Amino acid sequence: MKVEKQLLYAESHEWVRLEDGEAVVGISDFAQEELNDVVYVELPEVGDTFEAGEMFATVESVKAASDVYIPLSGEVVEVNEALEDSPELVNQSPYGDGWFVRIRLADPSETETLMDADAYAAYLVEEADKGEH
Amino acid sequence: MPYVPHGDADRQVMLNALGVRRVDDLFAGVPEHLRYPELLLPEPLSEPELMAELAAMSETNADLRHFVSFLGAGAYYHYIPSVVEQIVSRSEFYTAYTPYQPEISQGTLQGIFEYQSMICALTGMDASNASHYDGATAVAEAIVMAHNVKRMKRHTAVMSPLVHPEYRATARTYVQGLDVTVAGDDAIGNDLEALLQRVDDDTICLVVQTPNFLGELEDLRGVAERVHEAGALLVVVADPLSLGLFKPPGDYGADIVVGEGQALGNAVSFGGPYLGFFATREKLVHKMAGRVVGETVDVEGKRGFVLTLAAREQHIRRERATSNICSNQALNALTAAVYMAALGKRGLRKVAEICYHRAHYAAAQIAQVPGFDVVARKPFFKEFVVQCPMPVEALNRHLLEWGIIGGYDLARAYPGTQNHMLVCVTEMTTRAGIDYFIEALREVSA
Repeated sequence: MKVEKQLLYAESHEWVRLEDGEAVVGISDFAQEELNDVVYVELPEVGDTFEAGEMFATVESVKAASDVYIPLSGEVVEVNEALEDSPELVNQSPYGDGWFVRIRLADPSETETLMDADAYAAYLVEEADKGEH
Repeated sequence: MPYVPHGDADRQVMLNALGVRRVDDLFAGVPEHLRYPELLLPEPLSEPELMAELAAMSETNADLRHFVSFLGAGAYYHYIPSVVEQIVSRSEFYTAYTPYQPEISQGTLQGIFEYQSMICALTGMDASNASHYDGATAVAEAIVMAHNVKRMKRHTAVMSPLVHPEYRATARTYVQGLDVTVAGDDAIGNDLEALLQRVDDDTICLVVQTPNFLGELEDLRGVAERVHEAGALLVVVADPLSLGLFKPPGDYGADIVVGEGQALGNAVSFGGPYLGFFATREKLVHKMAGRVVGETVDVEGKRGFVLTLAAREQHIRRERATSNICSNQALNALTAAVYMAALGKRGLRKVAEICYHRAHYAAAQIAQVPGFDVVARKPFFKEFVVQCPMPVEALNRHLLEWGIIGGYDLARAYPGTQNHMLVCVTEMTTRAGIDYFIEALREVSA
């Protein structure tokens, strides 16, 4: 399982890549593996605004539908339209072509609430330990 | 012997949690004299005696075999070809439920798949579900779906006052727990233009019915464009048989098409069971309520059918499901499918044409009876409004003595419309029956 360096992570397994006041958002390798084969991704529309922690997308696999939460507040400026026809990109390339949306940040200071790659890797280990009990 | 899961100790724990001493205390709210009322039942009867008694009771019904009926208003008397009953009576089909196990349910699943395909063809839409309880619940589910499509950020469903009054009431019941208001139907005079004026950035959808409750065809050209401009959806409530003759709502931009499917081979019956049909566009299918059957191939490459898109449903998505009713009316939907298949495209058109021509014949005749006026503001299909020289209730009492079931009293649904009767004519209303009705109207009003 891969945890990409340079990205920030939320406890609900979304990642964020910061680019000049904007942020690209997707779900982590761990999240896509847990979901299994993704068959449909429902994305928001350009122009929609969300508060940090709000549900902004839904990922359907053959036997489940999971909500995806936006890690930072902002306005959607671009959505990954490739996911409409190729939802499997989420499985194949969670940190690359399987990205979900690009948002313009409402409050850049919110990034302090997120984990860096090392912290997220440690968090995954911690969560796995909990699961074993 | 019934299986009783709780012992006395379990029951005591529950009673303690509820803060009562005995089970009887739970019924303290029911007045004592109503708790164990004395049932004054007659003596037991033998089976032949009982059959005779029940037959005598059924003889007191004013049924469609013995009476000439002009009552429609949502439930329609159409001919049901014998093949329909023959096929749906097969024991393999006898369930009201959607089959979960494709390995033992290919026949029922295929029946539902064909039903869905024909509903799509009829409505001009891309996807249909396996049906709802009735037309009223289908309308309500359409509003809930539109609310979800709009991500619950809009809060008003604009509804035409000429959507069936019971559908409007059911929709209001459904959306009580959601942050949704049904508006626009407060005055019968709110026409399409007035409704479109109310469509704004808080509007989830515009719900219109065609033919509307008064039987009139609504001119919906250009309506979808205006609704979409405001970011809302267009929900069209349609009579499926009218779609054999008139343009399907998919052609003029509807996003969701729903309606009562009873007219498709299901008998007119008080309390049902009926079915609601529900169809939408492909891009909205992930928000559609209800069960969906899909076509696939098995490991050997053979054609087969399975429930699909189940990730929308309550047993998987819990409180975020597209609907919390994922049941359907499988046997009624199958009935509709067999009916549509038996009639075919041409047969459906023929039935619709006969309804149209007979209704127009009846309207022309009624208009000539002194005191009666046909209120025809727009083209109509098989129902129309007649202004009568007396209250409809009184008129209908007289008509019953003639062996005629009169039309629907519009005053029941629209205050201020006294003396207005909604008259329904189908292919089952013969010309002789219409002429007899005219004779009765002349006599009664003389």
